Amino acid sequence: MNKARSNPVGAIAMHGALIAYTLIAFFPVFVILINSFKTRKKIFREPLALPDADSFSLVGYQTVLKQGDFFLYFQNSFIVTVGSLFFILLFGAMAAYALSEYRFKGNMIMGLYLALGIMIPIRIGTVAILEMMVQTGLVNTLWALILVYTAQGLPLAVFILSEFMRQVSEDLKNAGRIDGLSEYTIFFRLVLPLVRPAMATVAVFNMIPIWNDLWFPLILAPAEEVKTLTLGSQVFIGQFVTDWNAVLSALSMAILPVLILYVIFSRQLIRGLTSGAVK
Amino acid sequence: MDRPRFRWHIVVFLAPAVLVYTAVMIFPLFNTLRLALYSKIDQERVFVGLENFQRLFLDPIWSEQFWNALGNNFWFFVVHMLVQNPIGVALAAVLSHPRLRFAALYRSAIFIPTILSFVIVGFAWKLILSPIWGIAPSMLDAVGLKALFAPWLGKEEYALTTLALISVWQYVGIPMMLIYAALLTIPEEVLEAGEIDGVTGFSAFWKIKLPLILPSIGIISILTFVGNFNAFDLIYSVQGALAGPDFSTDILGTFMYRTFFGFQLQLGDPHMGSAIASAMFAIILVGVCIYLFGIQTRMRRYQL
Repeated sequence: MNKARSNPVGAIAMHGALIAYTLIAFFPVFVILINSFKTRKKIFREPLALPDADSFSLVGYQTVLKQGDFFLYFQNSFIVTVGSLFFILLFGAMAAYALSEYRFKGNMIMGLYLALGIMIPIRIGTVAILEMMVQTGLVNTLWALILVYTAQGLPLAVFILSEFMRQVSEDLKNAGRIDGLSEYTIFFRLVLPLVRPAMATVAVFNMIPIWNDLWFPLILAPAEEVKTLTLGSQVFIGQFVTDWNAVLSALSMAILPVLILYVIFSRQLIRGLTSGAVK
Repeated sequence: MDRPRFRWHIVVFLAPAVLVYTAVMIFPLFNTLRLALYSKIDQERVFVGLENFQRLFLDPIWSEQFWNALGNNFWFFVVHMLVQNPIGVALAAVLSHPRLRFAALYRSAIFIPTILSFVIVGFAWKLILSPIWGIAPSMLDAVGLKALFAPWLGKEEYALTTLALISVWQYVGIPMMLIYAALLTIPEEVLEAGEIDGVTGFSAFWKIKLPLILPSIGIISILTFVGNFNAFDLIYSVQGALAGPDFSTDILGTFMYRTFFGFQLQLGDPHMGSAIASAMFAIILVGVCIYLFGIQTRMRRYQL
């Protein structure tokens, strides 16, 4: 074992650097959260103090719950995210299976065609997307968002899932064929359960950008009853700029669901990111 | 093997993905490029060829805004390349140290800002940097640097850099994770061989690890480029559609939004909006091509 790779000074320096950066990463979130529970006076007097019996106040949350329909926004975000993930995974897995399992004319070209969208952001086509959604009457519906996010997520999903599907054993599928299973049964019963880890990776990759997107909700679904949480908090905060209690509480309410999701899925996400699936 | 009959199941498997992708992504993309060649004259859509682009690049009313947004966008990208990616690589290098304790904890904690939306991040920093609240000035005061404080988001000369740094703060997790993954794939034997030759610590990083992770740095650069050139959310949340002060933080995304939807007295113009989108498309395409054909193919890859 080499000295240079195990000396205590180096270890302290490394921990010092990491702790410093962790503080930088945490600080804004921390400040927002603690101040959302304080009275207006204390927010300004002692912005860095933790809320105590004297300064504790929920007035901001009361304003938020009275003025903004955050439960509706949350529900909309939830429907859009889950709906989009469902279609990305289902359609993506089906297409990935077709590309990785069967040899047919145009297989290569179809793969390349679907991969185009990995690098080209869908936002470029916004003008025409809006026009299309207006013509089909989908504007201001959650379906508009689900369709856009599905299209946006499919290229990478097909790419990652077909890599994984190539690894599914050929014998297993052939055994199924000999038993007289249809191609559909083989896909849904035999192959899908085996690529579940890859599907989870695709899901967590797509979840965060969809949940956090501001652009498409702003353009395709700005109406009150279909606002997502991201757009809802943006609009709410814009209206209540001077009510610091309300703004801080709205921010905290927008942070919490994402933090909870992250705590649940962080292992999956980090494993996905570090397994090189994005290459 | 003979061909029994047409294999319908392939069509069934491919159809949903191809249909949605084509209808909602590829078709609108080309339709936007097409719409850029039209203009609305007396409530009617008229083909005008490249006139919109001529206005965008040469007519002072448009070109001034366009070049301003493009220049700002480049600066936004440069800040990311110079700050975000080196910090990401440095964090990854420390995290990948074999005997570091709590590595997983640090990794998860540093990644937290990346999962928050730009709306949250933008407003949180806006409040912290606000002279009214005074967190930033009082913290600078604590270390005796109060004189350095300025309302950074409100000054033309600092606002864009401040926003770029906020975005860096948020996204540093992505390069960190990708580089971390690349560093983990370097086999122990290679590093040990270096140690035997006396290459350790920093020089091991520069001479052995860095060349091996160059392909990942290339991927990060192109992801940053594409991400920056269609950025919008952060600037819109913090500075609004006008990208103030005095358009000093205007980038292509906000410029396109403003043109497309209109603001205050200016009416929205989908055709000029499409022209800007087409310009963005061209810039991203050029960037991706430079990466694919100029950088990626020339980069030396080592078989590990």
